[in-house]
Amino acid sequence: MNWMDYLVAAPEIVMLGLICAVLIADLFIQDEHRVRTYWLSMLALLVLLLVLVWTGQSGSRVIFSGSYISDPLSQILKISAVIFVAISFQYSRDYLRANEIHRGEFYVLGLIGLLGMMIMMSANSLLTVYLGLETLALSLYALVAIDRNNVNSTEAAMKYFILGAIASGCLLYGISWIYGVTGSLQFTEIAAVLSADPSLNSLPLWFGLAFLIVGIGFKFGAVPFHMWLPDVYQGARTPVTLYLSTAPKLAALAMFLRILVDGLDGLHDTWAAMIMVIGVLSLLVGNFVAIAQSNIKRMLGYSTIAHVGFILLALFCGSEEGNAAALFYTLTYIVAAAGSFGIVILLSRRGYDAENLADFKGLNARSPWFAMMMMFLMFSLAGVPPFIGFFGKLAVISPVIDAGYVELAVLMVLASVVGAYYYLRVIWYMYFEEAEDKAVLQASTDTRVILSLNSLAVLALGIVPGSLLALCVRILG
Amino acid sequence: MEFLQHLLSILIWLPIVGGALLIAIGDDNDVASRRAGLMRTAALAVSVATFLVSVVLYVGFDNAATGMQFVEKNAWISSLNVFYYLGVDGISAPLILLTTFITPLVVITSWNTIKNRPAQYFAAFLILEGLMIGVFAALDALLFYVFWEAMLIPMFLIIGVWGGKRRIYATLKFFLYTFLGSVLLLVAFIYLYAQTGSFDLFGFMDAPLTLAAQKWIFIAFLLAFAVKVPMWPVHTWLPDAHVEAPTGGSVILAAIMLKMGGYGFVRLSLPIVPDGSEYFAGMMIALSLIAVVYISFVALMQKDMKKLIAYSSIAHMGFVTLGLFILWSFDGTSGAVLGITGGMVQMVSHGLISGAMFLCVGVLYDRVHSREIAAYGGVANTMPIFAAFMVLFSMANSGLPGTSGFVGEFMVIVASFKANFWYAFFVATILILGAAYTLWMVKRVLYGEVANDKVAAMKDLNSREFMVLAILAISVLILGLWPAPLIDLMSVTIEQLVEQVGRTKL
Repeated sequence: MNWMDYLVAAPEIVMLGLICAVLIADLFIQDEHRVRTYWLSMLALLVLLLVLVWTGQSGSRVIFSGSYISDPLSQILKISAVIFVAISFQYSRDYLRANEIHRGEFYVLGLIGLLGMMIMMSANSLLTVYLGLETLALSLYALVAIDRNNVNSTEAAMKYFILGAIASGCLLYGISWIYGVTGSLQFTEIAAVLSADPSLNSLPLWFGLAFLIVGIGFKFGAVPFHMWLPDVYQGARTPVTLYLSTAPKLAALAMFLRILVDGLDGLHDTWAAMIMVIGVLSLLVGNFVAIAQSNIKRMLGYSTIAHVGFILLALFCGSEEGNAAALFYTLTYIVAAAGSFGIVILLSRRGYDAENLADFKGLNARSPWFAMMMMFLMFSLAGVPPFIGFFGKLAVISPVIDAGYVELAVLMVLASVVGAYYYLRVIWYMYFEEAEDKAVLQASTDTRVILSLNSLAVLALGIVPGSLLALCVRILG
Repeated sequence: MEFLQHLLSILIWLPIVGGALLIAIGDDNDVASRRAGLMRTAALAVSVATFLVSVVLYVGFDNAATGMQFVEKNAWISSLNVFYYLGVDGISAPLILLTTFITPLVVITSWNTIKNRPAQYFAAFLILEGLMIGVFAALDALLFYVFWEAMLIPMFLIIGVWGGKRRIYATLKFFLYTFLGSVLLLVAFIYLYAQTGSFDLFGFMDAPLTLAAQKWIFIAFLLAFAVKVPMWPVHTWLPDAHVEAPTGGSVILAAIMLKMGGYGFVRLSLPIVPDGSEYFAGMMIALSLIAVVYISFVALMQKDMKKLIAYSSIAHMGFVTLGLFILWSFDGTSGAVLGITGGMVQMVSHGLISGAMFLCVGVLYDRVHSREIAAYGGVANTMPIFAAFMVLFSMANSGLPGTSGFVGEFMVIVASFKANFWYAFFVATILILGAAYTLWMVKRVLYGEVANDKVAAMKDLNSREFMVLAILAISVLILGLWPAPLIDLMSVTIEQLVEQVGRTKL
């Protein structure tokens, strides 16, 4: 243990300091100047980004008695998480101000959640994962309830909290079984113990594994642990939903890769079967139930479940290509998800949430540009080329076929045809229907620019997907 | 020459960039405004420029050469071994020319008839043109698939935004039907990628495959291409899409998009899975004959002109699939070459004739706002020039010698006669049935007494409509009287194809 170790963990340490600074500074900011907290938070994120880039390295370093790891995977996940948290703060600012819930807590909780995610991404032991997970989860519960006078929000927060607490309990219980069998919490040690003594690969370990998968499945929102997701997506205020649907997915992916791939790879045959069932169920339930939704936030919630199915089926293969595909898919998904919720926020205004599909009617007449942007995002989510979502699907299906599961690949593409219907419905409302609400869109210039860049990114990345995919392959290859 | 090396890229990207430019110019719903005029002129300029570039392609194309010409190959997605790989041969060149030829005509047709968001309308057509050329030029399976799927997006909007009363139903059906058909194509491509390590179509063609694998791949290809052709029984999206689409959309759909299916069979199914194709050839012939005979009877009973022409398209596309799949019914190669050549000529000729027929219906619709046959009668009295054109195209549609419709149909009938008398017997019924449904429609619409006041008030063709129909009429006659340039363009490639398909991959 030396001071160099602290340098490796510099992003988290700097982050903690910055959060305290923002929290204290926020106390001295009056309500009418609350936007300063926004700028301070953005500044904090910028500093964090610089620290992340500065501490970046090619190899992997394990510190703090083996409980913390810094490697290219944690690097890319953290940088992406910081960017998406910044984007969600940006999209949220005007909405929060217009709806008089522009509180400093939103940003501070968002930053604490980011810290939790970063800890999860760098976890090298089960305990660190749990620490990060709880830090993230607690700030998310509070974020969902940020508008405390809103019945839907508080109900959603309550549901989320109770189910989340149960899932955490399951995870902790699973961790104790794993610890009991292998005698270690660290992933590298667990992997070593498992490969040294194959007789450990038996019922007690599988029992613990099942509980770990409950915890991971809950974090992802995979069927059958998805019950919270649609309610929370719908009940939370749209900026919170935006926050929830982007960066935490990366943390969930990190949790999967660290626990199941780094730690319990020796049990691949056992967990792969569970993951396949969960993945297929998510794919089917998500896509079919989304068709019946009339609330766009809920619809996008179910669509998230379907996309999680794709991510899990990529991870199910257990190959390097599969893991790289999962990372690529998650990144491509959250780019499109951030943009879609950004447009939902854009359509909202003071005292009015544009959260029904019908609110999208005639958007092409109100704002042809943002209708086109939303169309790009929807086609990307539906997986239609030339948008990036298609290449995500391609990257995922390829390892599935490589692993010999052609039938599964057929099921995946057929499910995506079902999914196409509800994304097309948004486009149909925007382009083929007359507007009921003719109000002009109000948005500040910076929001318009960033939202446009976000949406154009799904097209640009779709035309040149090579470098992002190569990056994912290099990190997990 | 630098320019010639990138000719195909220019053909693909010029209209797409032009379409983006139109969106940038912006919309003006007042057709007489300066912005709308500028936008229309730009649309026409881009589409004509694309046509001129394709003329350079035609001039530079070497009929005697085997293999691909104007090849471009650059790395695209290196980690998946995907290339931006383009090239043309005798099969794709005529279809690219057809695409660039039809699109300016569509632009002229829609000149000031589209009053709602014209810039988006023209942009959709230009982008669609680029994507369709991309399908015909792509030699990398993934690139092919990207163009193939992306093509659905502009068409989805064209039918949905500018279509008729039931446009939303029709366009969703169109999109989901074709999307469902083509996702399995993707699975087949990825399976072949897993076998060969790249998405190169020639790599797919050279890969040894077991008969079982070939059968499955053929079925996956079949679902994608049969929906596009469309073959009976997966044709039901077409009448809806055609009826509801605006005139320009119907023209592009009939003239070019349907050809994607036939092109897919020739470019992918036959060379990649020859044994699978042979295994299913009997079924394909049966489906083609059902399309020709049964769908012709269905066409006979239609009351809606667009629906009638849509069903007639399905029947005529049956010729194409028949011509391709009678390949294995011969001892020598000459019959097979004749069948495929006939199918290809039929594709080009049907592109011109069905496009022209839809334009004729469009002319009528612009005046009376009805597609019902019963709403017309005696149009020849008020619109004599139009009537002359419509009769010409109807004759071509029935396969009258001297028009392009005759050439392809005759070749396929002769080839099928060599293969099996009964194929020829059934397929030749179209000469009677086709004439029956087309000419019966002509009789009811054009001749007789002037049916009602609306018909009495109809004005004959304006100069814009005249120009478009005249261009099509001339090309139908030229191809009918002198098809040699078209056949020369593709003969070497088709001989090569037949020889390649004859080699088993087992």
